[in-house]
Amino acid sequence: MTDSKYFTTTKKGEIFELKAELNSDKKEKKKEAVKKVIASMTVGKDVSALFPDVVNCMQTDNLELKKLVYLYLMNYAKSQPDMAIMAVNTFVKDCEDPNPLIRALAVRTMGCIRVDKITEYLCEPLRKCLKDEDPYVRKTAAVCVAKLHDINAQLVEDQGFLDTLKDLISDSNPMVVANAVAALSEIAESHPSSNLLDLNPQSINKLLTALNECTEWGQIFILDCLANYTPKDDREAQSICERVTPRLSHANSAVVLSAVKVLMKFMEMLSKDLDYYGTLLKKLAPPLVTLLSAEPELQYVALRNINLIVQKRPEILKHEMKVFFVKYNDPIYVKLEKLDIMIRLASQANIAQVLAELKEYATEVDVDFVRKAVRAIGRCAIKVEQSAERCVSTLLDLIQTKVNYVVQEAIVVIKDIFRKYPNKYESVIATLCENLDSLDEPEARAAMIWIVGEYAERIDNADELLESFLEGFHDESTQVQLQLLTGIVKLFLKKPTETQELVQQVLSLATQDSDNPDLRDRGYIYWRLLSTDPVAAKEVVLAEKPLISEETDLIEPTLLDELICYIGTLASVYHKPPSAFVEGGRGVVHKSLPPRTASSESAESPETAPAGAPPGEQPDVIPAQGDLLGDLLNLDLGPPVSGPPLTTSSVQMGAVDLLGGGLDSLMGDEPEGIGGTNFVAPPTAAVPASLGAPIGSGLSDLFDLTSGVGTLSGSYVAPKAVWLPAMKAKGLEISGTFTRQVGSISMDLQLTNKALQVMTDFAIQFNRNSFGLAPAAPLQVHAPLSPNQTVEISLPLSTVGSVMKMEPLNNLQVAVKNNIDVFYFSTLYPLHILFVEDGKMDRQMFLATWKDIPNENEAQFQIRDCPLNAEAASSKLQSSNIFTVAKRNVEGQDMLYQSLKLTNGIWVLAELRIQPGNPSCTLSLKCRAPEVSQHVYQAYETILKN
Amino acid sequence: MIHSLFLINSSGDIFLEKHWKSVVSRSVCDYFFEAQERATEAENVPPVIPTPHHYLLSVYRHKIFFVAVIQTEVPPLFVIEFLHRVVDTFQDYFGVCSEPVIKDNVVVVYEVLEEMLDNGFPLATESNILKELIKPPTILRTVVNTITGSTNVGDQLPTGQLSVVPWRRTGVKYTNNEAYFDVIEEIDAIIDKSGSTITAEIQGVIDACVKLTGMPDLTLSFMNPRLLDDVSFHPCVRFKRWESERILSFIPPDGNFRLLSYHVSAQNLVAIPVYVKHNISFRDSSSLGRFEITVGPKQTMGKTIEGVTVTSQMPKGVLNMSLTPSQGTHTFDPVTKMLSWDVGKINPQKPPNLKGTMSLQAGASKPDENPTINLQFKIQQLAISGLKVNRLDMYGEKYKPFKGIKYMTKAGKFQVRT
Repeated sequence: MTDSKYFTTTKKGEIFELKAELNSDKKEKKKEAVKKVIASMTVGKDVSALFPDVVNCMQTDNLELKKLVYLYLMNYAKSQPDMAIMAVNTFVKDCEDPNPLIRALAVRTMGCIRVDKITEYLCEPLRKCLKDEDPYVRKTAAVCVAKLHDINAQLVEDQGFLDTLKDLISDSNPMVVANAVAALSEIAESHPSSNLLDLNPQSINKLLTALNECTEWGQIFILDCLANYTPKDDREAQSICERVTPRLSHANSAVVLSAVKVLMKFMEMLSKDLDYYGTLLKKLAPPLVTLLSAEPELQYVALRNINLIVQKRPEILKHEMKVFFVKYNDPIYVKLEKLDIMIRLASQANIAQVLAELKEYATEVDVDFVRKAVRAIGRCAIKVEQSAERCVSTLLDLIQTKVNYVVQEAIVVIKDIFRKYPNKYESVIATLCENLDSLDEPEARAAMIWIVGEYAERIDNADELLESFLEGFHDESTQVQLQLLTGIVKLFLKKPTETQELVQQVLSLATQDSDNPDLRDRGYIYWRLLSTDPVAAKEVVLAEKPLISEETDLIEPTLLDELICYIGTLASVYHKPPSAFVEGGRGVVHKSLPPRTASSESAESPETAPAGAPPGEQPDVIPAQGDLLGDLLNLDLGPPVSGPPLTTSSVQMGAVDLLGGGLDSLMGDEPEGIGGTNFVAPPTAAVPASLGAPIGSGLSDLFDLTSGVGTLSGSYVAPKAVWLPAMKAKGLEISGTFTRQVGSISMDLQLTNKALQVMTDFAIQFNRNSFGLAPAAPLQVHAPLSPNQTVEISLPLSTVGSVMKMEPLNNLQVAVKNNIDVFYFSTLYPLHILFVEDGKMDRQMFLATWKDIPNENEAQFQIRDCPLNAEAASSKLQSSNIFTVAKRNVEGQDMLYQSLKLTNGIWVLAELRIQPGNPSCTLSLKCRAPEVSQHVYQAYETILKN
Repeated sequence: MIHSLFLINSSGDIFLEKHWKSVVSRSVCDYFFEAQERATEAENVPPVIPTPHHYLLSVYRHKIFFVAVIQTEVPPLFVIEFLHRVVDTFQDYFGVCSEPVIKDNVVVVYEVLEEMLDNGFPLATESNILKELIKPPTILRTVVNTITGSTNVGDQLPTGQLSVVPWRRTGVKYTNNEAYFDVIEEIDAIIDKSGSTITAEIQGVIDACVKLTGMPDLTLSFMNPRLLDDVSFHPCVRFKRWESERILSFIPPDGNFRLLSYHVSAQNLVAIPVYVKHNISFRDSSSLGRFEITVGPKQTMGKTIEGVTVTSQMPKGVLNMSLTPSQGTHTFDPVTKMLSWDVGKINPQKPPNLKGTMSLQAGASKPDENPTINLQFKIQQLAISGLKVNRLDMYGEKYKPFKGIKYMTKAGKFQVRT
């Protein structure tokens, strides 16, 4: 007598038979029939044809039958919207039932019937249930609001359900509170802008109270919600932490991890000197370790999160290395994660243990795991200098095993060890060379070639070795080809006499016989270098390489901070911010860690704080500078009209500190060490960054010679305008303009000191903007600016900064710092500074592109009072990098077809119609990004009229 | 939140699907099948699989994959915890959780799933509440239902649902009032070639079976509560009291539950009760290898070690083994290369021993990897960490309950490298 009997069918056709049974008079038969229907549904059979018959069974006192019918309805109502309406009456009636179980069941089911027409009928019963006397009904109704919102968001807002839901956060029953929070969180996710979960100290208090009493799942929702709150000072942060800490001992791992998230985030605000800070650090370790004894699936998620936590605060788990040791029957996904964390935790204190383990792993069966273990040994060598020698000998032992993939991995990591400790372990090269023939993976081959090239002078038969690779040059992967090219050039520079032929051969292979642009370009560069100035070539190619950084795969700090805010979520499993992968990226709000703030007393006297705090005092994490700056700019300078001087608040003070420190660090920063092999020309720092003359000019001169593209003069330069009046900047007046000359953009600034004190320590920073404009060099004001002195500075700009669409598009928000304060202003830059020199399209291309761009992207403008003829206009525009592709004369009008390209690669095509004698001309613009048209038109107008 | 659930058996058939929001086509599971194919063994299927529009989170238990489909950012641990809870509930309802049992009880399963989740939000996951809403099938009830036409769906709101003690229903009555606690400790350890301990930790739990009338309020105190610094509690335990007095104070759920789990990782506290001596050697030239294992007691505090089994995954090159045990029985599966030796009790005077030869593939080189030995054992009446319950008191009710505490130590993941 089991339910499997419901799966048996008879010959007559199942549906037909079921129909008959559903319409039977006997209650018992009806129920059995409905059960059969449900059973078919569970295995994915389509029983929607029975809809009317099943709905007929709905009116019953038998609760089981009712539930079964409801189950059916939820599945099929969507496919039968008209029939579903038949059910509405029963729902409305059930919502009035004296039994709360039935009321809740009705409101729960109604929400699941995803039929638009039904939603209207749902509103009244739902409103009643949200205020029901029974908390069970209220908590069910709260979820129902989220369901309804999913079907018809507008309706929910119009009916005011959101407000009712917000009220439920103050409900007396913790279960209701938890569900209200869960529902609001879900709704907020689809409406990131709406300030639904408006958290303030009062509501936080309510949530914390409910936290202790609600179910484990409710605790997860509440904790996740708490994590979005930013406490006003460290005291509040501490008191929340204290109340959240008990959750770390919960049996439900999701509760534990959500609590860890809240603590990790709020800890950021606590001062490290606080006793409590240390206590908290100690309390975090045991629960994280406990997560590792759970089921493997839970372990996996926990490990991914621990990976983040270890990067952010290595001190928490530094003594817990052993729990990450791999058991041989761990699933492979757990093994790989554990290995990763082991390397992160490796230190001088535990390296011996770690190495012994890694060596053990390198003899396991699973290939992926073994590879990673070998790689890990190399990473340990790079991370812990004292262990390097032992690591190298371990690797050599492994190479002796001759297991193909072990050898290859070992060679790849030994290459990195060479880069980290040059001239130390080269004695092993001979052993490596023995294994040359067994290498069949590109990465290993490339690594080997790099080693041979780099140490060519110590390897007697280096030329033979490299030559042997050259035979199958075209069958190699790009990685190997590039490496081979560089390796042979290095060899040539070291042993020029014997290898001339070899280098010729590889250069011709790379430049003539290859269709890979990277390879070809690198080939040409070497060729030209070698043919013009071999000494310079030597300096470039054999330049001393920067040492590789300790850990190559650390997550970038700003991303790490963002991910810390997403502990326990999918983002933390993928180590990507949700915006990178969540469906549709519904405008996910970027989260950042709260800045460490001082207690309120000290925050109230911002004047005493020095403008650029010394780096030591800075929090070691800079929470997304750009965002903070952007917010401030919007807040304070939204309308760039005169107003009261910037208000001094604690928040702002934080920004000042950050900006100061950020700027200092930006200026001082050398480019990060680059992992793997690379052969970049000397770093940009080596190019003399003379200020007035744009950096690019020297370079472009070179290119002029080779490519023959000559640009005669720079583009139009607007006169300087006052950007920051002295009265708004404590006596500093800034006026400026933008120029573009031979390929480089600069911002010409004139700084005037109208105050009575000397100004020093100037620095400049841009907010993110539409085209990624950013200062290419620091703002250098050599001497202090004494009162009434004016200084002219040309600040070279690059377009490689971070990009954020601004409104208007060409808006640029700037922060300038000096010894007095930080000042913000915004300015509009003319778009033509972004027109690049190679913006000339060929005719065919122009025609094709013009046709290709849809007509709705075309914009037409009138340029009045512009008495120029076609020739004059064309040459005037050309000097600003708007190129005339073709010219036609149609019915007495001159038509100029022009093209231009922006620094970010957007092409704009233009048709300029000039009527002789008529001072106004017509400009039609076509572009794939129509929002730039307006600004291109303005650029045209300025250029033509000046 | 959780969108849908698919149950998939090891041969890759979807035998149950449940949707809490709109219906998601089962074709979404194709991504899962792909991952399953890539993973050589079922255990290695990654628990989180992204697809273009959904995420698949799965757990693998009782040879069934429980695959949850989610569409938005949801804490994955929440989903995985919930899935494990589903499995536990099935086990609780039907005794075993297997494909045939789920199919046999498909309607109850469906009703239970519906009660557990509403629109993806967990609704009732406490077993005692669920059992009031949907009564578990028993033979007697099935018969009664068939005759009287009554149902196994409760029509009253479970009382525990909203009370401050959602885990306990009111009106519990027993004629024999009893409370049993089992302190069970599992040793996870890795022992290296030379017999020294690389890692060792104890995963302990206190499982309870409480059948007490009314609303009893229990306190449990330990002789040495200091051992417990890394603990996870059942929600019923009052955390404040533990923090301040190191006493477990709680109103217990009715029936079986896990009161607490703990973790002892300080190595000096973890005694290793057995030793394994091994001598496994492959020789390059010969096609025979030698094999010998001896298992003996180490720190057992005078208790007997029983239920000992030794398993080891031998290298692929091993064709067959010819071994003689001094006690117990052994098998070697030449296909999976799994050696297992059921030892039984260890007699300290005469440590069990398994000895013989392995025949290797002729001409093949000596295997790269060394087999790892996995050990299982049990020690009754001993908590290896030394944890001891001091006393158990009951307040709030007048009767005198029968109380019992049992200790047991087991091997968890106990591995010896060779």
